Amino acid sequence: MSEFFHMGGYAAYVWSAYGLSVAVLVLNVIAARKRNLNVKREIKKLGTAVQ
Amino acid sequence: MRRRRRNRLLMVVFLVLGIGVAVAFTLNAFRQNILFFFTPSQVVGGEAPLGHPFRIGGLVAENSVQRSEGSLEIHFQVTDTVNSVKVVYEGILPDLFREGQGIVTKGTLDPTGVFVASEVLAKHDENYMPPEAEHALKAAQTLKDN
Amino acid sequence: MWDWFHRLGSPKYFYGFAGALVPWLAGLCVILFAVGLYLGLVIAPSDYQQGDSYRIIFVHVPSAWMSMFVYVLMAIFAAIGLIWRVKLTAILATASAPIGASFTFLALATGSIWGKPMWGTWWVWDARLTSELILFFLYLGFIALQTAIPDRQTAWRAASILLLVGVVNIPIIHYSVDWWYTLHQPATITKFDTPSIHLSMLIPLLIMAVAFKVFYITVLLSRARAEILDRERKTHWVQDLVRSEQI
Repeated sequence: MSEFFHMGGYAAYVWSAYGLSVAVLVLNVIAARKRNLNVKREIKKLGTAVQ
Repeated sequence: MRRRRRNRLLMVVFLVLGIGVAVAFTLNAFRQNILFFFTPSQVVGGEAPLGHPFRIGGLVAENSVQRSEGSLEIHFQVTDTVNSVKVVYEGILPDLFREGQGIVTKGTLDPTGVFVASEVLAKHDENYMPPEAEHALKAAQTLKDN
Repeated sequence: MWDWFHRLGSPKYFYGFAGALVPWLAGLCVILFAVGLYLGLVIAPSDYQQGDSYRIIFVHVPSAWMSMFVYVLMAIFAAIGLIWRVKLTAILATASAPIGASFTFLALATGSIWGKPMWGTWWVWDARLTSELILFFLYLGFIALQTAIPDRQTAWRAASILLLVGVVNIPIIHYSVDWWYTLHQPATITKFDTPSIHLSMLIPLLIMAVAFKVFYITVLLSRARAEILDRERKTHWVQDLVRSEQI
């Protein structure tokens, strides 16, 4: 198990590359959700203002 | 309406083709400058710039690496299997540096024809395989050679 | 078939269609990533030259492929948008841009992290790395242009032209390693050739590539939905839809 995390001495490189990848992918999902929510909120606000 | 659409199609095609041709010409004109390194044959042939730093790319010649005791100074030859250039370097080498390995080194040519390197980078190939597969390949190769 | 295609071009229909698809794609994406990561990090053997550091390939290469794929797709949207004026093209290209930019960033960053131990440097200005960096700037340029021009129609038309001009960079990235001497090695996998990578490493690489592609489609569809609501905010169906939803 510790051998797996050790990555043959390249742990710092391998895990930082994978960590960064996970971070970028997760941020993509969060940003998409946030955009969706913001747009809906905005439309709701404007919609009620018009009426 | 149909006509206008066709005109727009032509515009898009010409835009992409035009830019493509322009870029192709530009890249062709700057061909030399885009080259990241010179080969040892080019250096021996006098094509490399003298006086200012440039890069040489090639293989570390077999049995050419000489390390000195107690310092980081290292002598080796870089070859493209036809010609080779003597290199002297003092500093940290990448993990992949070994005899037979592709490298790219930056430095200047001194008057005696020795390349004084300030940087040595390893250039690996596009093959990926487990060590056992590599042993098997090598064994097959020696079998064929004999 | 053609009829269905036409209906798909209508934003309202697309919104519903994409919404139904997203959860399934997200599930598929999670499975693909789990399998790909397990095979790549645990099962695949270490490399004869690079040891375990080569495992960065399983995120580096898929993100580099996607960085080019997404750009080409955006350029196709731009061409279709300019010629046939299909509404959906602007929506899909706009929704793609931040995803494509993040893949490009990932390709550059993971490549840099891989380059340090293997090549001995974080960065070199060789043709491959430089052209990939230009791709990153093209994405940023597209996003900046879209936000800088207030009128959506004009913004999209200007951004389309940028996309079409920038598409010449794609073959340059791809062939840079063959056309010029670069520090970056030539392609491992080409369509017309047998790949020079062992099968036990090729399989996780391909699974990760599919995972990245499915991830892109999933995020693209959900971003496109937000984009549709934003652009169609004055229509009845959007007003009704938003009003009926609890936020």
